[in-house]
Amino acid sequence: MSLLTPDIGLLFWMLLSFGIVFFVLAKFGFPIIVKMVDERKTYIDQSLEAAKQANTQLLGIKEESEKILTEARNEQIRILKEANEMRQKVVGEAKEQAQIEAAKVMEDAKRNIEREKMLAMRDAHSQIAMLSITIAEKILRKNLENKSAQLELVEQLIDEVQKN
Amino acid sequence: MIKNNIHRILLLLVAFSLSVSTICAEEEKAEINVRELILDHVGDAYDWHIATIHHQLVSIPLPIIVKGHQSGWSFFSSAKFHHGHEAYKGFYIAPEGDYKGKIVEWVNGEEVRPWDFSLTKNAATLVMSSLVLIIFILICARWYKKREKTPENASPKGFIAFVELVIMSVVNDVIKPCIGKNYKRYTPYLLTIFFFIIFNNLLGLIPIFPGGANITGNIAITCVLALFTFVIVNFFGTKEYWKEVFWPDVPVWLKVPIPIMPAIELVGVFTKPFALMIRLFANILAGHAIVLGLTCMVFLTVSLGTAMNTGMSILSVVMTVFIDCVELLVAYIQAYVFTMLSAVFIGLSQVEAHHAKH
Repeated sequence: MSLLTPDIGLLFWMLLSFGIVFFVLAKFGFPIIVKMVDERKTYIDQSLEAAKQANTQLLGIKEESEKILTEARNEQIRILKEANEMRQKVVGEAKEQAQIEAAKVMEDAKRNIEREKMLAMRDAHSQIAMLSITIAEKILRKNLENKSAQLELVEQLIDEVQKN
Repeated sequence: MIKNNIHRILLLLVAFSLSVSTICAEEEKAEINVRELILDHVGDAYDWHIATIHHQLVSIPLPIIVKGHQSGWSFFSSAKFHHGHEAYKGFYIAPEGDYKGKIVEWVNGEEVRPWDFSLTKNAATLVMSSLVLIIFILICARWYKKREKTPENASPKGFIAFVELVIMSVVNDVIKPCIGKNYKRYTPYLLTIFFFIIFNNLLGLIPIFPGGANITGNIAITCVLALFTFVIVNFFGTKEYWKEVFWPDVPVWLKVPIPIMPAIELVGVFTKPFALMIRLFANILAGHAIVLGLTCMVFLTVSLGTAMNTGMSILSVVMTVFIDCVELLVAYIQAYVFTMLSAVFIGLSQVEAHHAKH
């Protein structure tokens, strides 16, 4: 049957056509496409890998930054605490100092007042003495203006002396 | 919407089959020989018959290239034969006999075949489809070549993306697993046969010019394809492959003194590509034959009356559409199978020493 016997002419044309198709496509067609697809695949794989690495790095950085942040926060707390302590200490010290100072001032003031008082008292005493002398003088003078009075006094004084 | 469309299509089918049957009723008074018709359509021809309109054959004459046993090379148009009715330069198309439908010449009272390199219908389609295939793939390759320097920009869209999808599915799902680590060397060949077969298969399914020629259902075509695979399998076979053919790992009495296993293995070397050849040829031929047979049902049932004829025509069209869809699938499957088996055979010829394997 002619269907099952290959025709020599068609065999020839087929060999020629397929040979050319094979040659051209195997040289200029498929290798380029497959190569490019492979290259793209490599590129994508690399990009993915790079992205993954970047992600990991980012995660590391994030962790680190968090760590730094926590540290900073702790430091802040510590500094604040220290400052507070310092402040309290300083304030306390100042208070103490002030108290001491105040006490000293008070003491001084007291002493001054005392002295002033003493001086004033002494002054007053002498003044009073002078005054009383003057008054006494005046009174005496007045009282002793007449003879009787002078005699009376003398008598009185003598009484007194006698009494003593 | 869809329902409406289905109704419309069905109506169209009925109308179409009715018109076909009336035309046939008018024209086909004589019994048609279905066997003859199918064989004529699936076979080769010296001119490209497109249609017959009012008993007038519309066909494209093709070049005839023959070398007669006495007359030497001749080159002329197939129109000179007047559709096989006349002889030219001592050559004529045999009306019957062993060489029925082929160009023959009369030498010493005997009908003999000259060296016939005519560009027949199949050959012409083949040349044309080869050119189209080359252009088609080169256009795709050019797209990639333009972007060779920048692989990050080379992700195609649309049609080229589809071609890439097909190429890479063949590479990744067929070639790589079947051959193994040396697959890169054979990828161009296997992709070429895949695209060659599927392209010609699909072209054969188009019933009108320039399709319709039964290329991959022709034994000469599949023979050459199988021959290429045979050559590549055996030419690039490893030492281990030949050792397995001539001194396989079986009990010694199977090899000496009568080399039973080597003989079987050696036969296997030839049956593998032979099976490839027959499988593709038979599948595509059968597909064409079924479609033609179903179409002939329209003309065969004319004599059974209009009602019967109409019914059978509708059935015929529906069945033809169905078989054509199946054939689309077969076109892909056969290309896939041919490529896969070629890859498997190449993979088998790439065997490493057994010890390395285990």
